[in-house]
Amino acid sequence: MEVLQILISGVSQGCVYGLIAMGFVLIYKATEMVNFAQGELMMLGAYLAYTFINVLGMSYIPGFIATVISMAIIGVVIERGVLRPMIGEPPFAVLMITIGLGFILRAVAGAIWGTETKTLSNPFTGSVARISDLSVGYENLAIIVGTLTLCVTFYLFFRFTRLGIAMQAASQNQLAAYYVGIPVKRIYSLVWALSASLAAVAGVLVAPVSLLEPVMGFIGIKAFCAAIVGGFGSLPGAILGGLIVGVAEQFANLYLPPGIAATTAYVMLLVMLLVRPQGLFASIQQKKV
Amino acid sequence: MRFILKTHYQQDIDVFKHNGQRFWFGLLALLVIVAPLFIDTFYLGELSLVYIYAIAGIGLMLLVGHTGLVSLGHAAFLAIGAYAHAWFIGKGWPLPLSILLAGLLSAAAGAMVGRPTLRMTGIYLAIATLAFAHIVEQIIAHWEPVTGGFRGQLVPDAVFMGFDLSRGIPFYYLCLFVVVLCLLAALNLLRSPTGRSMVAIRDSEISAQSMGIDLARTKTIAFAVSAGFTGVAGALFAHKLGYLAPDAFTMLTSIQLLLMVVVGGLGSMHGVFYGAIFIVVLPQFIAIMRDTLPTAIGQLPGLEPGLFGLILVLFLIFEPLGIYGRWLKVKQFFDEFPLYRKATHKRQKSYLRTERLR
Repeated sequence: MEVLQILISGVSQGCVYGLIAMGFVLIYKATEMVNFAQGELMMLGAYLAYTFINVLGMSYIPGFIATVISMAIIGVVIERGVLRPMIGEPPFAVLMITIGLGFILRAVAGAIWGTETKTLSNPFTGSVARISDLSVGYENLAIIVGTLTLCVTFYLFFRFTRLGIAMQAASQNQLAAYYVGIPVKRIYSLVWALSASLAAVAGVLVAPVSLLEPVMGFIGIKAFCAAIVGGFGSLPGAILGGLIVGVAEQFANLYLPPGIAATTAYVMLLVMLLVRPQGLFASIQQKKV
Repeated sequence: MRFILKTHYQQDIDVFKHNGQRFWFGLLALLVIVAPLFIDTFYLGELSLVYIYAIAGIGLMLLVGHTGLVSLGHAAFLAIGAYAHAWFIGKGWPLPLSILLAGLLSAAAGAMVGRPTLRMTGIYLAIATLAFAHIVEQIIAHWEPVTGGFRGQLVPDAVFMGFDLSRGIPFYYLCLFVVVLCLLAALNLLRSPTGRSMVAIRDSEISAQSMGIDLARTKTIAFAVSAGFTGVAGALFAHKLGYLAPDAFTMLTSIQLLLMVVVGGLGSMHGVFYGAIFIVVLPQFIAIMRDTLPTAIGQLPGLEPGLFGLILVLFLIFEPLGIYGRWLKVKQFFDEFPLYRKATHKRQKSYLRTERLR
């Protein structure tokens, strides 16, 4: 029973990684950029929700929606201001710029909301679902259900809608996409809006189980490990990678000494790169010449 | 404007291109040698720090600027160098041997991480080095018998032939000596076939490969050499800190090192030194700013990392060639005075194709 209980908490933690990893994958899939600030966007989303719900006194659902919308706007602003000038620059420069962006966002959050930890009030706290002997917190259930819904939605979106396919085209070859009439720039803005609002959802769902602090974005690095374990550029891969890393971490916490347990995600990443560099769900294919 | 008449093939790979350079670098050498006579201990310490960062920067520049690979975990190599050096010195090994071994150990660690990950493209390497840095951080924090764990450990004094070199003027000369040695080593590496193949890889992997360059081997060498230089810097950094604790080697340190080479100017050894001066001066500048600015802004927590991030972003958008690139442009403006055209330095854009099909 204990094993099952750990499994469930691992799955819920894994879904958090998966949600953030999905943000990475979304931007990567559509713009071929790697956004290192995804964790910080999540942090910003959680703080905005805190502002709307706790400070301004909105109720949960409207506060949630307001957060998602304002994060989408922030995403567009970031894309227009910082990443638009970088179109056509080497990928390394884009990577560096998102790292810098992460530092700025953390400093801004620290300046506005202070560095002491905060808690976001929400309707789930304290209520527990019981299935025979197992007990699952509603906040964990919310994370799992939310992640699965979003994953399926985005999968269908990329597979079947015009916009989703246009996004993939823009990623695969910018110039060719221009030639066939895809508004690549507008699509980039849209992807950033989507990705930032996804980060907002992740932030709101994570906030009840972890505390709000400016450094909570560091979880993004572990999510990155999850994205690579699952296969960078694949949405189901991101969720699966997240689940694997999350569950492995919970078991490591139980059975391994604390120092080693903290490195689980990173060790898994390095092992994965050694054994199967393209990840579980390969989206990297060798081009045959 | 200076035109160089080349009468020998050897001139193409000379370290000094012409007598003007010999004169100015000679003057600079003279200045840094007599510097302890004129400036007081605090600024001498800061200058030593510039040299230490410059050594690490030389290593990182070879990797990022000349081979085109990004590492987000160079703080780990700095840490390995620092702790290895402290351990060897503690065992009573001679100073030069200890510094050398610290460098070699870092290089070995670099080769070990680099070898499997270098088959990957940019982001994978970056994230793998980041993971490696986190693992090293945890090992340092928990391997108490050797590293002292979270409590940290005192660094033993650097005694060489009866002289204490670990602080003040002797330490300044030690750093100066090592940085000059490292710089010469790096410049000579860049003139050699290995160095040239590194640059070829940066410019185009496919064309490098078709000219018969062994990509994996060259990249591994570049990574190991880069880690080695950073390890040597770590050894000196240990003496500069005096007390080693894991919080001196975090991700922020790695980013700071990366910021140094980007701000200085990628792909030039001049840039390393400009960058090193920049990251040593910036915290001092912020400290002064904190006093003059209104308290609401001046006392903000996280002001320093935030400013680092902001400067990184601004440089990448407006001057990707860094301080050295700006200097070259200004120089060219005066060289060709009425005829300078802005378009000379127009940035080459290359539109992305997917990395997933290669």
